[in-house]
Amino acid sequence: MTGSNRSGEVSIRDLSKSFSLGGRRLAVLRTLNLDIRSGECLVIVGASGSGKTTLLRILAGLEAADSGAVAIDGQPVHGVGAERAVIFQEPRLLPWLSVLGNVAFGLEVRGVPKSQAEERARFYVALVGLAEFADAFPSQLSGGMAQRVGIARALTIQPEILLLDEPLGALDAMTKIGMQEELARIWSEENVTMVMVTHDLEEAIYLADRVLILPKEKGGAARLIDIDLPRPRERSETRFVRYREELLREFGLH
Amino acid sequence: MTLQHIDRQIAVRRSGGETGFGADFLHLGGRTAVRFLSRYGVLVGFLALWQVASSVGWVNAAVLPPIDMIIAALWKGLAGGSLLGDIAISLQRAGIAFAAAVAVAIPLGLFMGQVRPVETALDPILQVFRQTSALALYPVFILLLGLGETSKIFVIFWATLFPLLLNTTSGVKEVDPKLLEMARVYGASRLTVFRRVVLPGAVPSIFVGLRLSATTALLLLIASEMIGANKGIGFQVMNAQYNFQIPLMFAAIVNLAGLGLIANQVLVTLQRRLCRWSNPAN
Repeated sequence: MTGSNRSGEVSIRDLSKSFSLGGRRLAVLRTLNLDIRSGECLVIVGASGSGKTTLLRILAGLEAADSGAVAIDGQPVHGVGAERAVIFQEPRLLPWLSVLGNVAFGLEVRGVPKSQAEERARFYVALVGLAEFADAFPSQLSGGMAQRVGIARALTIQPEILLLDEPLGALDAMTKIGMQEELARIWSEENVTMVMVTHDLEEAIYLADRVLILPKEKGGAARLIDIDLPRPRERSETRFVRYREELLREFGLH
Repeated sequence: MTLQHIDRQIAVRRSGGETGFGADFLHLGGRTAVRFLSRYGVLVGFLALWQVASSVGWVNAAVLPPIDMIIAALWKGLAGGSLLGDIAISLQRAGIAFAAAVAVAIPLGLFMGQVRPVETALDPILQVFRQTSALALYPVFILLLGLGETSKIFVIFWATLFPLLLNTTSGVKEVDPKLLEMARVYGASRLTVFRRVVLPGAVPSIFVGLRLSATTALLLLIASEMIGANKGIGFQVMNAQYNFQIPLMFAAIVNLAGLGLIANQVLVTLQRRLCRWSNPAN
């Protein structure tokens, strides 16, 4: 990918999506317009049913929008693509493959020879701190370790855009904080555009360049908030806490 | 085994090292004995009770001969070669039928699990066939195929087909859709998804089918050999009973149990080999 002008820029134009639920149409995204900048970390928050996961799945190419368009580096998105990787809430590891095998999987299914795939996988296994566990099976890993394997698998294909669907949602509070720091480090080292869905406002402020708040009610508008804080961020800092209050207000909780 | 378990084992070994080799050895010996007894104690007790009951006369020794007489008859049959011919022909019948069932059921099951319309179309007739006892159909097979080897092998094949077919199909259908989606995100083709995700995911369920089928094969083997056969373990059981050679009858039954245990053990070993990743529960 060297020397190409592809850089992980996303443009979303007039995107709408609705589901039918018990015979009724339920709009989750209404003419959304958004530009995601190359290399930024955009975190999407919103109440349940606001369509944040749907938006991420459309960006991933796993679902099609009813109308509107998504383009990556100017190219319209149809289906999945090698420049995007998805990290799900569950690690989704293949239980019969070792850690290394799982991390190499994304390259292997695209036809990269096994030895070459495993060599690159080994690098990313080490990057997420699991070098000693390369030969372990998923059933031997803790939840946090398994999720790291999922992250390493996504990084191994060296995507321009990393899509994360509540990746830390199932972890306990302590592991979660450690993993947030890890994600911040990986994001800064890998020079990748990151789009992440979360329920956790603190997580959003800790990681995001911008936070996108999706409206729940009809007629509400999506809102973008710039998080203008130096990195690495300090959760107890006054300005951090102020952003938290601002976000809580957006949800009518403060 | 989890990593915590490994840690614990290492810790145990380390603390054991301080008590010295002799104590360790005794300890180990005692533990092995306890493990053996807790696993085989009831079986050993049952055999001992049989032996005593038969030799003391609590039960009619002509009907339930003592264990040592059965073993003697078994040894005579095996060493003299008279039982070997029966075992060979029985193994051949069950083996051909089982192999044919594997060759038909696994590919068909994989196909049915992958292609919904095929499964929908075939399911009703398969359910009807499955619920019809193979033994009830044996006379039909005899009419169609004659009273020779073919009808025997076919009735065993028929009965072993369904457990394997249904387990293979459900194994494919029950592969986690989240894993399929994950593979799709990484751009895997349909064939790659099948080869790398569906097939390995279905293996444990296929083995459940194989083990059920192996048991069924031996069951049907005996039943088919009790009708119109002049060789085979099932024939020997009936024949020995007619001639009132009761120890020989039990020897043939023991033979059969041995075959079942061996078949199961082979499959369990194979399963452990292929599914090291899944729970080492059994």
